[in-house]
Amino acid sequence: MALIHTSSPHLHKAVNATDVMRLVVLATLPGLAAMTFFFGWGTLINVIWACLLAVGFEAIIIKMRKRPLGFYLKDYSALVTGLLLGLALPPFAPWWVMVVGVFVAIVIAKHLYGGLGQNPFNPAMVAYALLLISFPVVMTSWTQPFLMVDDGQSWNVMGFIDTFKLIFAGIEPPMIDSFSGATPLDAMRHRGGQTTEEVWANVPVLAQGMGAWHAVSAAYFMGGVFLIYRKVLTVHTPLAILATLGGVASIFYAIDPYQFADPFFHLTAGATMLGAFFIATDPVTSATSNKGKVVYGIGIGLLIFVIRDWGGYPDAVAFAVLLMNLSAPFIDQYTQPRSYGHAKAKRGMKGGA
Amino acid sequence: MAADYKKITHDGLWGNNPALVQLLGLCPLLAVTGSVVNAIGLGLASTLVLMGSNLTVSAFRKFVPDAVRLPIFVMIIASFVTAIELLMKAFTYELYLILGIFIPLIVTNCAIMGRADAFACKNPVKASLLDGFMMGLGFTAVLVVLGAMRESLGLGTLFSDMHLLFGPMAEGWKITLIEDYPGFLFAILPPGAFVGMGLIIALKNIIDARIKARKVEPDVGARPERVRVTG
Repeated sequence: MALIHTSSPHLHKAVNATDVMRLVVLATLPGLAAMTFFFGWGTLINVIWACLLAVGFEAIIIKMRKRPLGFYLKDYSALVTGLLLGLALPPFAPWWVMVVGVFVAIVIAKHLYGGLGQNPFNPAMVAYALLLISFPVVMTSWTQPFLMVDDGQSWNVMGFIDTFKLIFAGIEPPMIDSFSGATPLDAMRHRGGQTTEEVWANVPVLAQGMGAWHAVSAAYFMGGVFLIYRKVLTVHTPLAILATLGGVASIFYAIDPYQFADPFFHLTAGATMLGAFFIATDPVTSATSNKGKVVYGIGIGLLIFVIRDWGGYPDAVAFAVLLMNLSAPFIDQYTQPRSYGHAKAKRGMKGGA
Repeated sequence: MAADYKKITHDGLWGNNPALVQLLGLCPLLAVTGSVVNAIGLGLASTLVLMGSNLTVSAFRKFVPDAVRLPIFVMIIASFVTAIELLMKAFTYELYLILGIFIPLIVTNCAIMGRADAFACKNPVKASLLDGFMMGLGFTAVLVVLGAMRESLGLGTLFSDMHLLFGPMAEGWKITLIEDYPGFLFAILPPGAFVGMGLIIALKNIIDARIKARKVEPDVGARPERVRVTG
């Protein structure tokens, strides 16, 4: 019997960016399928268009920076950025919105800061926030889930060709109005003096369409659990975000159920699940240590609730993630774990005393 | 000391540009460059104040005690700003309303204070006046470039509302670059100014690097090869 002489770390194989990114792409597929099923072909078209643009811009900027093209394209990171942005935008967003968004994500938010690993902010979310403040009308009109079109008797989504024409040529099919509407978060926010209960009963997207949002959130949740199972991400960030958001929402719902939405609504509406599992967990822009990830996640959960309820925009995941990206280096500085063999962790400011 | 007028001009416009190199006066620079007309308005006002303050500070430089020079500079600058403000109120009232608080805030523009302290109080009147003019012109140029960038990106137009500054004859100066432009709010908002400013500074650095590279190149070829004479 041969003894194996190796020194630590005893890893089976190196984890590389390509494998991680490929798993992330795989994990978003249930969410993508659910979005396409409930909101029509727009999401699928947007995602494909965004991925094409992302890879294109990435190739151009890598050429301009005189870096090896194949090596950087093979890590799939541009593809993931494009994919996330495509999932985050409204399904009927015109083609040029995606061009602006992907350009900002890849060129400005990623490569002007030095490329993958150097960017302080999540590129997809920088692009989303920029688009949201630049084109508020386009960015806040969402598609109605098919459950609400024509009583939901059949799979009543806008046809593929019609959707394609709408996105790329701006040709509106005659039935456009029955396919577009507000999101649940939008409805909850612009309720016009109604209590939460009245909004639930009166606004169609909440009364009939909420099932679609539940299903999409469940699909993202599934993808997220898969990523945790495959050890692409640890449970800390998503758990901290969801627990904080749910906890704070429960407290406020318990105090004043007329004014605040229930915690389950906060967890399933909007981009909560997509944000918690796929966006906040970006290893480049989030905190590093497990303890740091918990602090980071708590911050995001709190900010989502605060911005949703008292801020100017209906959904808050992008802003919450960006603000906590900004604090991630600071969190890291104070949550550095004790390394083996040392009595105390090195925390806080380096140098000085 | 004979002042080097050529150097003063080059420093003000390019080499030591208050906005691009010294990064002074960024607050008004970023806040009001939403359109070309705002940029020109603020740029001209700042230039006039800069020239006036440089002239006065330089003329009185021998009588100003070192210990209290800064309050004195501030008072000189403040009186010029007040004069400019009243002038703008009288002749370009609408533009004055648009620029609002940023006209009085010229007092706190570090570029003006910086020139008074760094140049005018040590140099003769003529050189100081030229320095004020060139620095002001450099500042205005950056304002206009940034304003043009943000206006064309954000609204799809150029030189709109120029009649606020130049009177009725400028009514037709507006150029619509793209018909039915949906508008790009980001460029008009302050973050757009930061990104635009960063790009302009990057462009300046690229140009500087090119110029430097071009200057060095012939030098490399002319250097004699090292010849070993021993061992």
